[in-house]
Amino acid sequence: MSSLQAKHLLGIADLPKSDIDLIFETADNFKEVINRPIKKVPSLRDVTIANLFFENSTRTRLSFELAEKRLSADVVNFSASSSSVSKGETLVDTVNNILAMKVDMVVMRHPKPGAAAYLSKHIDATIVNAGDGAHEHPTQALLDAYSIREKFGEVAGKKIVIVGDILHSRVALSNIHCLKKLGAEVKVCGPITLMPRFIESLGVEVETDLRAALEWCDIANMLRIQLERQEQKFFPSLREYTMQYGLTMPILNGLSKEITIMHPGPINRGVEITSEVADSDHSIILNQVENGVAIRMAVLYLLAGTA
Amino acid sequence: MEPKLLLNHRAISITLNRLCCELIENHRNFEDTVLVALQPRGTAFGNQLVQVLKENYHMDNLKYGQLDITFFRDDFRRREGLLKPSQTQMNFLVEGKKVVLIDDVLFTGRSIRSALDALQSFGRPSSVELCVLIDRRLSRHLPIQPNYVGHKVDSVASERVSVDWQEDNHSVLLMGSKEV
Repeated sequence: MSSLQAKHLLGIADLPKSDIDLIFETADNFKEVINRPIKKVPSLRDVTIANLFFENSTRTRLSFELAEKRLSADVVNFSASSSSVSKGETLVDTVNNILAMKVDMVVMRHPKPGAAAYLSKHIDATIVNAGDGAHEHPTQALLDAYSIREKFGEVAGKKIVIVGDILHSRVALSNIHCLKKLGAEVKVCGPITLMPRFIESLGVEVETDLRAALEWCDIANMLRIQLERQEQKFFPSLREYTMQYGLTMPILNGLSKEITIMHPGPINRGVEITSEVADSDHSIILNQVENGVAIRMAVLYLLAGTA
Repeated sequence: MEPKLLLNHRAISITLNRLCCELIENHRNFEDTVLVALQPRGTAFGNQLVQVLKENYHMDNLKYGQLDITFFRDDFRRREGLLKPSQTQMNFLVEGKKVVLIDDVLFTGRSIRSALDALQSFGRPSSVELCVLIDRRLSRHLPIQPNYVGHKVDSVASERVSVDWQEDNHSVLLMGSKEV
């Protein structure tokens, strides 16, 4: 019987396409489970999972915790603000101390790129990357692609534009890897100062004109401007960014076809997207959130079953 | 060892009809009854039962669901390889209903235990019965017995009972163990 080739979920870059397909198939089953009157299954009742969040998160953390609880896993939570990290403990020490309490899996978000991969080499537990700096956010990319598959039947051949702060976005990088593996065409759109150098080497095209990008695509994934990661000014003002790259209803209505709007959250309403667009029929933002729980259940179930 | 034919197409047809009659005897017009076949293999048997109930006995208001029990199994992480789920299709709740679980072969009883757990996600049934095509006697790990039995078989654990649903040629075979 097929199982995951990956032992950890560190990023999409190293994840084989067969693993992505298996995660999607399994997520279909969990999507049915979370729509039952009783949304809980006992699969992971002998598994303990530590959620280590060294960086703020609401949606991802709740989504993981819900997925873990719906699988009947025991869950311990940890956030950097209330921990010994501020007392000078190293990452490996912190995690080893938690593992000494017999934890099987670690879901970790960390501000440093590569933190999850580093951890997977130094400790004996299954690691799920819930975001490492500006590097990868694999479960977000999986749930985004899954939501596209749900709406359109398949991802292959679809045209997706990712708009916004590509330079600081782990969502953008993971999405590009995932969508390309599944056979989609991808463009990135935003101010040239927010484009990583050599981004074309990932097989994506750069478009600086929002209208042209939207006219080309089937789906637009609008990203937030990550001011907390910007140590210098990349554009004159947020207002100017919104004038150039903010998605509004008049722009959508001016297109020659209907497109689907996605957003990984948190939304800055009135900056990258207006409320009108976010709450419109074009948007599948809340479907993404629901699918997030199913995708994370699938990932945890498959990794636990493979270990 | 050569596979031994336990039931041929004709014998299975007779058995299907008898099981349907027994079900009708106890459940009349199936007003408060739901039929739930277990994925993956019980559903082929369930489909046959439903077809016979409709075509031969005019039971047109059947509630029929297909339940996958993978996430409720007791051997996850305790065996080689992954347990791959199948689709669940339950478009109704079982709250207050009489449930008839349907599976093709009853062996250790562990699948049925999982099914009883899985069923609870859809409400509290008033009663649960079990209907199987083949009952492998003397091999139970749990105190579970069927209410409706197509055929009883005495077999050892290393043997395998294979139910083959082919258009116009259903059969049940007893296969010898691979080691022998």
